[in-house]
Amino acid sequence: MTSSNVERNGQDPGAGEVIVSFEDVSIRFDEKLVLQNVSFTVQRGETRIILGPAGGGKSVLMKLTNGLLRPDSGKIHVFGEDITTMSERDLFKMRKRVGMVFQESALFDSLSVEENVAYRLNEERVPEDEAHTKVVEALQFVELEQAISKYPSELSGGMRRRVSIARAIISSPDLILYDSPTAGLDPITSTTIVDLVIKQRDVSHTTALLITHRMQDAFLLAMNRFDAQTGKVERIPNGGIDDSTRFLVLNEGRVVFDGTTLELVHSTDPWLRDYLA
Amino acid sequence: MPLVSPEVFAKQELAAVQDYSILSWRAIINIFSGPRYWADIFTQMDSIGVGSMPIVVLTGFFTGCVLALQSATSLQAFGSVSLTGNLVALSMVKELGPVLTGLMVSGRNASGMASELGSMKVTEQIDAMRALGTDPIRKLVTPRLYATVFMLFFLTIVANAVGIAGGALVSVGMLGLNASSYFHNSYRALAYGDVVQGLTKPLFSGFIIATVGCYFGMNTKGGTQGVGRATTQAVVVSSVFIIIVDFIVSRAMIGIFGK
Repeated sequence: MTSSNVERNGQDPGAGEVIVSFEDVSIRFDEKLVLQNVSFTVQRGETRIILGPAGGGKSVLMKLTNGLLRPDSGKIHVFGEDITTMSERDLFKMRKRVGMVFQESALFDSLSVEENVAYRLNEERVPEDEAHTKVVEALQFVELEQAISKYPSELSGGMRRRVSIARAIISSPDLILYDSPTAGLDPITSTTIVDLVIKQRDVSHTTALLITHRMQDAFLLAMNRFDAQTGKVERIPNGGIDDSTRFLVLNEGRVVFDGTTLELVHSTDPWLRDYLA
Repeated sequence: MPLVSPEVFAKQELAAVQDYSILSWRAIINIFSGPRYWADIFTQMDSIGVGSMPIVVLTGFFTGCVLALQSATSLQAFGSVSLTGNLVALSMVKELGPVLTGLMVSGRNASGMASELGSMKVTEQIDAMRALGTDPIRKLVTPRLYATVFMLFFLTIVANAVGIAGGALVSVGMLGLNASSYFHNSYRALAYGDVVQGLTKPLFSGFIIATVGCYFGMNTKGGTQGVGRATTQAVVVSSVFIIIVDFIVSRAMIGIFGK
């Protein structure tokens, strides 16, 4: 199924500025076509959940969004700028507005948690005191301030993922890319990570792309909200669904679904129904 | 290893040479623009230079010792044992000092660079660095390149010095030569061109060690197995390159200085 016959929602949440847009993007590694004519857009404030079987090109799509890979054909616009023809130097400037959480956290082994989280601030020569204050705030957000002086090797998988989230959000980016933040974690830790994503979404309304293999994580995101009064994540009353959360489903490098939570649930596509089941 | 057609193989090798050239060029020119990572350069100087001192001293010393021992046996046939100092000094300064130091540092540091950067590559730390707005070549390769070239120059001088000292120990202690005559002959044997030749080689060897080590590290694929492969390739390729470039530099220097 190509992008032209993908199920689409008529309404765009927020109907605002387009932050990410893919136009007929294809990429191959050696002889294998990993993404084929992928097109979609992400609006400001939207949380786009990317679902699909393993090996479907989800992580490649995430790296393309951050300019870590370049497509063989097609155009990718981030913040309105075409990043497919951008020089590496300009890409570094663009990436200052993007936070990324990697699949295996990708924390720097030789640096402490504080140095990892403050990495971007240290690169920008932010004064030490100011950087420390921001690191503490970011670690408090992920409820891990007690681990500030530890090294990545001393942390559990879930803690590493939380540090990675703190590192991604410390500079208050305009776009956050979560590459399978719950992969390989137990269900309880996964829920903690998803709660953090919901908290980040509802507190700062940052545009985000999130890859997950776990359907329950996706629906947690769509059906829950962060209550600033109680400081907890709770179910949206009356079976409500978060408007800013939309889905993109990839299979074998092609987009098979692009739309809202309700459209996904009521889809009649046999492959999609089978996958969701 | 899967068999590929000669055309595909040639293209792959050509692409590798191209990637290596681009990496090396960018690593060199990064020092002429900011940001410069001086702290990383000094850390690498300590790790590569100071860290390699024990192996360089031991290798240089025993090479000098064995050189004195072997050359004395041959020189005895001509009744010229007193020229042992000449032979040790010339061999150490022109050839063995630079080449053996290069090979030892290659074994220790090209492998270290390939495995460290390779591990960072397979755990997505290099991508994370790029995602955080840092150029990994500027941050990781440039400091290693300049630190290796700078420190290998001095390590070679140390190896030459301890090599000559080792030769002296054997000549005086085992062959019964006069220490003063040994050092006098050694000093007299060395001309300006010999020293220039001996100290030009480590500049090339340092460049090869750092760029080859970093190239294989930055292009590691295939998890931990890939890291092992990259490490082995880095040591093998840099060692062979050092010896090939040693021959080319020697020939060029003979052309320039006539000896």
